[in-house]
Amino acid sequence: MKETVIKTEKLTKKFGNFIAANAVSFEVKKGEIFGFLGANGAGKTTAMRMLCGLSTPTSGKAQIVGYDIYKQTNLIKKNIGYMSQKFSLYEDLTVVENIRFFAGIYGLSNQDIKDKSAHLIETLGMQNESKKRVGTLPPGWKQKISFSVALLHEPKIVFLDEPTGGVDPLVRRQFWDLIYAAADKGITIFISTHYMDEAEYCNRISIMVDGSIKALDTPVHLKHQFNAKNMDEVFYELARGAKRRE
Amino acid sequence: MKQFLSFVKKEFLHALRDRKTLLILFGLPIVQILIFGFALTNEVKNSKIIIVDQAQDMASQQLITKIEASRYFEIEKEIVNPKAIEAAFKEGKIKMAVIFPDNFNHDLLHQNKSAIQLICDASDPNIANTLSNYIAAIVGDYQTELNQNAALPYQIIPETRMLYNPQLKGVHNFVPGVMALVLMLVCVMMTAISIVREKEFGTMEVLLVSPFKPMLVIVSKAIPYLILSLVNVASILLLSVFVLELPINGSVLLLFAESTLFIITCLSIGILISIRVASQQIAMLISMMGMLLPTLLFSGFMFPIENMPWPLQILSNIVPAKWFYIIVKSVMIKGLGFQAIWKETLILSGMSAFLILVSLKNFKIRLA
Repeated sequence: MKETVIKTEKLTKKFGNFIAANAVSFEVKKGEIFGFLGANGAGKTTAMRMLCGLSTPTSGKAQIVGYDIYKQTNLIKKNIGYMSQKFSLYEDLTVVENIRFFAGIYGLSNQDIKDKSAHLIETLGMQNESKKRVGTLPPGWKQKISFSVALLHEPKIVFLDEPTGGVDPLVRRQFWDLIYAAADKGITIFISTHYMDEAEYCNRISIMVDGSIKALDTPVHLKHQFNAKNMDEVFYELARGAKRRE
Repeated sequence: MKQFLSFVKKEFLHALRDRKTLLILFGLPIVQILIFGFALTNEVKNSKIIIVDQAQDMASQQLITKIEASRYFEIEKEIVNPKAIEAAFKEGKIKMAVIFPDNFNHDLLHQNKSAIQLICDASDPNIANTLSNYIAAIVGDYQTELNQNAALPYQIIPETRMLYNPQLKGVHNFVPGVMALVLMLVCVMMTAISIVREKEFGTMEVLLVSPFKPMLVIVSKAIPYLILSLVNVASILLLSVFVLELPINGSVLLLFAESTLFIITCLSIGILISIRVASQQIAMLISMMGMLLPTLLFSGFMFPIENMPWPLQILSNIVPAKWFYIIVKSVMIKGLGFQAIWKETLILSGMSAFLILVSLKNFKIRLA
């Protein structure tokens, strides 16, 4: 039995009368690729923000790598990486400057920063591009750098908020290779996505509808459970009943 | 601390890499110094003056009544001892002193000739010039009245002395104004934009997910602009000393200390704007319309506040640049010390403290 790295119990967030996330409970194990699905406005982002320590829950409990979500947010932040749907590198800085900056704000030592940035550039094969500004690079490359930067401080969990929005299928496929490589090293991947083909790549997925988790299992089991040919159908079946629209 | 330094370094890179930013940062002060070389003239009303009546005779009283009746002047007080003049000027309220010599009437009657002395605060040369011309006109008027029934013409000669700025250099009043304007622009707009940019590009979320404290994000954003602004202050001062040949009469250290205070006020405005708005355009618009315009209108460097209707005069008090303008004028041109500007300093400090408190409160709400 692998250790549990994310554990939530009835996690709820209300904005006034609006319940953005309603009693969300689930567990994620170490090294798992956990897909977090839901239509726009279903409460994915709210839930993810709570898990990252960006927003305080209204009620419920949650532990991230064993730390309490209310009291130990700073310890949580040290142990998680984050990459958002919006591109999250500085376009006017060079690749190396971006890497050094993010390593710097996570408090890595100078020697560490030097070693890691050199190693990273080598792994990505970007020796020739390291002094170029990020804004001049193609989107696929930016994404790879962005993901690698999120892993720089060796987090135990990486939260990916729709990381592949707006890129072509080939680049997405390459991006998933990086995700698998990270998961093989024991890093837990928590990913939200709109692409159902990507959902198939996950070990387990949860589908949120109107603020609550309506389904949670492996893709194979879910298809079986809903008697569907693919994840698309599963998603439709669940999302059809949604009352909230964006 | 190391994290903090990484952040500050990155902010410097942002600022120095963007050509537009650099242009605004360093091109603006130069352009403005050159453009505002042409000072503006304006009618001056209700200027506070002081009357030193050593004569206390009929002629002096008649002239004083005439001056009093004019809408251009407001007599702050009448004194007999000329020693109190200097103190009155240092308070900063008085624009001019009109001095009647001991035997004003006697000379006039027996020698047909008398003099009055005018001492003007020429740190604003336009106002000083206009005021002395007004007095000359009033005196000329009085002379004509006297001469109607006189066998020999009477003559009253006004002798004018321009205090602080004897050559009436126009540059004197616009340098402090440009300083206020440039700092306002650089600090408010640049900080606001640089923070909002992070929000827009989604990098703010990444920063907030990191262990880096949110408040530190804001502080480390402000620091490069504080330093760059001080560089700006230095360059404006150098320009005015070496290009415009305007000496700094007061303490340079005090000038820099007060500039730092004003920069902090502006930075807190920028931070507050950036916390409240979501896009760079809105941040820019608010900084331009909400900050730059009032600074131009109400700091007193383009349009004398004394001439405005009273609601606008009251409104001008909430414009930080007004107080900074008074401070710079006092220190740089009049060469006064801290005791002359403590009130303005206190007001600016109060404004900064208030703005920072409001920002802190808003920032917490946003993160909840």
